[in-house]
Amino acid sequence: MNSARSTPTAVDWLIFLLLLAGALLMCGPFIWMISTSLKPSAEVFRFPPTLLSADPQPGNYARIFSTIPFGQAIGNSVIVATSVTLLQLVVCSMAAYAFACLRFRGREVLFLIYLAALMVPSQVTLIPNFILIRNLGWIDTYQGLILPYAFSSFGTFLLRQYMKTIPAELIEAARIDGANHLQIYAGVVLPLSLPALGALAIFTFVAQWNNFLWPLITTSKPSMQVTTVALASLQGQFNTDWPLLMTGSVLAIVPMLIVFALGNRSFISGITTGSFGGR
Amino acid sequence: MSVSGKPSLGSQARREEGVAWLFLAPSLVLFAVFTGLPVISAFFISFTHWDLFNPPRLALFDNYIALWNDPIFRQVLGNTGYYVALAVPLQMLLGLLCALGLNRGVPGQGVFRVIYFLPVVTSTVAAGLVWAWLFNSNFGLINMGLSLLGASELPKWLVSSRWAMPAVIAVSVWQGLGYAMVLFLAGLQNIRRDVYEAAAIDGATGLTRLWYITLPLLSPMTFFVLIISIIGSFQVFELVYVMTKAGPSNATNTLVFFIYQNGFMFYQMGIASAAAMVLFLIVLALTLVQYRLQNRWVHYE
Repeated sequence: MNSARSTPTAVDWLIFLLLLAGALLMCGPFIWMISTSLKPSAEVFRFPPTLLSADPQPGNYARIFSTIPFGQAIGNSVIVATSVTLLQLVVCSMAAYAFACLRFRGREVLFLIYLAALMVPSQVTLIPNFILIRNLGWIDTYQGLILPYAFSSFGTFLLRQYMKTIPAELIEAARIDGANHLQIYAGVVLPLSLPALGALAIFTFVAQWNNFLWPLITTSKPSMQVTTVALASLQGQFNTDWPLLMTGSVLAIVPMLIVFALGNRSFISGITTGSFGGR
Repeated sequence: MSVSGKPSLGSQARREEGVAWLFLAPSLVLFAVFTGLPVISAFFISFTHWDLFNPPRLALFDNYIALWNDPIFRQVLGNTGYYVALAVPLQMLLGLLCALGLNRGVPGQGVFRVIYFLPVVTSTVAAGLVWAWLFNSNFGLINMGLSLLGASELPKWLVSSRWAMPAVIAVSVWQGLGYAMVLFLAGLQNIRRDVYEAAAIDGATGLTRLWYITLPLLSPMTFFVLIISIIGSFQVFELVYVMTKAGPSNATNTLVFFIYQNGFMFYQMGIASAAAMVLFLIVLALTLVQYRLQNRWVHYE
């Protein structure tokens, strides 16, 4: 808001320096994670600590893949996060289209019910869902990891708010041209909703990649573990092998940093749209 | 109304209705199976004894009475309250300060925003691991640093019943402040510029402007951040799981960890569901409080 101001004041510089110091504190754990991941196992216990090892061990990054099936875990995370994201985009956008562009009896009530579900903490449904998945024989399966997340109230709400802003004349014009609802949904509304779809996609992908409790309780075979669960079990087995644990942490974080770097604007717009609508 | 010429209107509306339910069908099925019915089942399971290996037995209020009399559950509620009471204000205060700083248009603000936000997109399991390493009482960077600075009595952090919870809280503040910051930034950018211009004409600058204009106009967002932060903080689990496993001797056991522990380590689905209902009630009450108080406390433009 001070774009009009020509010269930065002393206060501006002070704030800049404080923000810089804060940024270093925020980055510190990441730097230490990378630093530790490249050290020989014994060096991490040395005092005083070193930032850069004299004997760097990039081989730690190969060691983790031979110690546990970490490649498989990363693959599982990719499969689960991608499937959940695609399913949510389809299911939520269909529901949002009905709420935003179609008239039907019970629309407001059903929308309120979906919204009310936002108040239900996921831990409330955890136990019944676990029992359901177990009875279906879906422990250690992809469908058990994916299907419970295929719909989200948040996603429906986000997309519906966005679709509401599409001018009704556009939809009316398509209808006069003889388009049916499937054509309007796929050919008019979805293309115009790309920013909101992008925000939901990134948001969902990151949330799924980092999801922990559900995959923790619904997988037992190492070959079905996702990255977060593999990392936690690595901690259980090698709790003093800090270079190995930090290697795993780096590998779990890097893909999200890339996703975030590619779409940080839509990610943040997803969060803030939700907040303005929720008020 | 449709006296003549448009007999198809009714059937068209009916057709639109049918189409709407087709579009809703996938979400309805998934919602019913994985949210609606489970909420109802959780309620009923909380009135049973069920270990998953034998059929459930009716317990009526036994689980709730057991929770009420369980000193560990009381400790868990106390711990969770302690966590929420410290983590939420700290996250919000630091998030607000960052947002106010960034909103001045300092150089590199885009980079700052990304850096402060990075921990939010970081897997909590990975973040908990590196912080467990930083807080390691013998070889962690924090204690090594403290002893280099000349400290003689070093806290045992995660293995100390006094310091474990503050350590977990510190990590959650590190991880959560970027989220509050982004929301506050959006709120700040939503304040109309002419309000500031009017204030400038009246001679308001610096702190006066912050106190009398920015903060009151930001209050709807502040209230929203407060409520979602409290609700989110009541659900803390992953940091506890990775950093302390609820120890030492339950010093960092929290509500969701208690649910996990009883459900999936002790196979007491009834007790776990009853504890989940307590969590549900807390979140529900907070949401209702939000609706009630919003109008009284919050300034809209």
